[in-house]
Amino acid sequence: MRDLVLAAIISLCLQAPATAYEIEEQRIFGDGSDEIRVLSTTDLTAISPVLQDFAETRPNMRVRYDQAASIEVFRAIHDEGAAYDLVMSSAMDLQMKLANDGFAASILPKATGLPSWARWRDQLFGVALEPVVTLASRRGLGDLSVPRTRRDLIAMMREHPTALNGRVATYDPQQSGVGYFLMSQDSRESEGFWRMAEVMGRLNARLFCCSVDMIEELRAGRITIAYNVVASYAARFTPDDPDLVRLALEDYTFAIVRSALVPVNAPDPGGATSLLSFLLSDTAQRRFAADSGVALIPGTGEAPSAHLRPIRLDTGLLVYDDQLRRAGLLAEWNAAMVQP
Amino acid sequence: MRAVLARQAGFSLRRRLVWQFLALSLLLVVALFFAVRFAAERASRASQDAILGAAVISVGDGIRALDDGLALDLPYATFSMLGAMGDERIFYSLMIGTRLVTGYDALPQPQTTPDDLSPVFYSNEYKDSRLRLAAITRRVLLDDKVQEVVVTLGQTRYGQAAIARDTARSAVWIGLGFLILAVPLALWAIRAVIRPVDRLAGAVARRGPHDLRAVRHPTPRELVPLVGALNDFIARLRGALKLAETFIFEAAHRIRTPLSLVRTEAEIALAETSDEATRARLRRMLRAIGESSRSATQILDHAMVLYRSDQFSAAEIDFAALARSVLRSVQPIAEMRDIELRDTGLEHPCQIPADERMIEVALRNILDNALKYSHSDGRITVTLQTQAGMAELSVKDEGKGLPDGDTDLTARFQRGSNVGDVVGSGLGLTIVSEVAAAHGGKFVLEPGKEKGTCATLFLPQS
Repeated sequence: MRDLVLAAIISLCLQAPATAYEIEEQRIFGDGSDEIRVLSTTDLTAISPVLQDFAETRPNMRVRYDQAASIEVFRAIHDEGAAYDLVMSSAMDLQMKLANDGFAASILPKATGLPSWARWRDQLFGVALEPVVTLASRRGLGDLSVPRTRRDLIAMMREHPTALNGRVATYDPQQSGVGYFLMSQDSRESEGFWRMAEVMGRLNARLFCCSVDMIEELRAGRITIAYNVVASYAARFTPDDPDLVRLALEDYTFAIVRSALVPVNAPDPGGATSLLSFLLSDTAQRRFAADSGVALIPGTGEAPSAHLRPIRLDTGLLVYDDQLRRAGLLAEWNAAMVQP
Repeated sequence: MRAVLARQAGFSLRRRLVWQFLALSLLLVVALFFAVRFAAERASRASQDAILGAAVISVGDGIRALDDGLALDLPYATFSMLGAMGDERIFYSLMIGTRLVTGYDALPQPQTTPDDLSPVFYSNEYKDSRLRLAAITRRVLLDDKVQEVVVTLGQTRYGQAAIARDTARSAVWIGLGFLILAVPLALWAIRAVIRPVDRLAGAVARRGPHDLRAVRHPTPRELVPLVGALNDFIARLRGALKLAETFIFEAAHRIRTPLSLVRTEAEIALAETSDEATRARLRRMLRAIGESSRSATQILDHAMVLYRSDQFSAAEIDFAALARSVLRSVQPIAEMRDIELRDTGLEHPCQIPADERMIEVALRNILDNALKYSHSDGRITVTLQTQAGMAELSVKDEGKGLPDGDTDLTARFQRGSNVGDVVGSGLGLTIVSEVAAAHGGKFVLEPGKEKGTCATLFLPQS
């Protein structure tokens, strides 16, 4: 049931007014005197080695890394004007909006080989390509066959409602910027998405704020299928954990571009530019490509497979942030999730 | 005679043309830059306005009124396309009256309310950027009444500016390229323009000293006034010269007739008187009269030669026969002074194209000169031979010869520095030279092998 109903004129304040943004984790790399402040959605564990490398090559610098959810990151910059040197996020639409609305400074990092679709002007730069995959637990699936497409997935969920009830997980688009973005992309890409949402709703799907939580629940055996998980989070576990199955669905698999910008009010744009250059360097790119399984800059890792659809960094992303559109999509999502 | 150089005018026509060409071309290149930039800006603005217009319409089409509200389906592809050229920033808003429905707050609104068919375009500042905006109105039924939703869509035009700049820049490079190509062409063209002037100058400079014909050299139309003025000048000069020649001719003629009368009277008086003193005086008188009449004859000859040079018309004549007859005519004078006249090569006829009167005058003057400067009992040898298409008549005497340093005795009234008391007008050799020049030959006066002088007249055989 597609229901686009919503209040005629929605109040602008979807987000509650002016509460300070929330930082989940913080770590400082290196012990130099010049501090580069990074605000990012990227999992601290995943990026630590790269930042460690950076701090080692530059003894006079230290990097303060603040990890936050994508909406928090956006809010910190857009609404609160927080002083950061580099802002990195996987929520492409929010990053695009920051750049479009004039929050990003023009910089000139060394970005050799960075494809033109993965950058916007001299303000927003793709740092890594992150496929969005579906994870499944082999134990949880039992004798069910591993789905290869969304159609298989829908069919499986329909045919085994008792086995999968309460054991399917995905992002909560209302809590997570990446989750909302992925839902918008899914709804744009395939008409069957809403059908899948309804099936998930019927199975009382569990909604999460972050990929990490989903993976933890999956490994704990409390859920069987996690739909739309950012691959780099899963990368930490998949090689060691024989129970985890990484599914790159063959009808399409999105790859989002984790992007970085230097805010106009950055205290140290020069340091931020050199850090960004380092993130775009061959060594860092090889590490990112190894984590996510696909290379952003050609030649630094595995080439994208045929069903992978990287999302371009362009102004089309601005439509996702429209309040009216957002409200419409969320209403539809809620209608699908909450079965009468 | 050396040509007198015109006073330096201080500038070169060629250089001035080159500089003017360069300055004009550079001006054109600059003009090209601005013109192309203007045109490119207009063209790209028109095409981008068309895209922006289509985009705002497609955004407007995404508005739907529902039972209790408004839904908007923002077209992803439209936004993506709008930003594509030059990574433009994009801003939009949906307003009902002054209330923002969705989009960017305080986006500049159009001055006039647009209709729902064709968008209104305008430019304005927003968030520190120059925006090009388009707006359109959509009427929707909301809360049981028709409300007007103004859809505004704005984009930066970094790409357009860059395109215009790049296009204009390439136009400048092309212009400069053409300029570099055109410089040698221009130099060549300027040379071609100036060449007729050089040719005309050459044609005038090559003329003989007495060539006062009008200049008939083919000239470009622009030089016709100059040539006309030159010809006018030549005509005036010719008139003046003719007047002078006529005057001299008249004067000489009028002097000669009474002189011969005086001479006859003096000779009669000399025959009739026996007083030695009177006879001596009469002889001196006769001598002076002879000299005067001789000068008058030479002036007449000279005038005649000038006239006939001017109206030169040659006929085939026998040079040998003519020389013989002139030799015969001076025979009595030679005998009077016991000078032996010898000739070789005069027995064979020698045909040359020539003016008989002029040649005769020339020969008489050469022989006259030889006789005048020969000692008594001397010998004069006349030789005619042909060599390399030229008939050469040389007259050798055994007289005083030429003094050192006297090289040009053929100029008018120019006489040798060793003439002593020998009377002469200084016109004889001038006449000979002019006759030779009129016939395309030459006259050479050089010292003899042992003594005396050798005068040679060269005349072409055809």
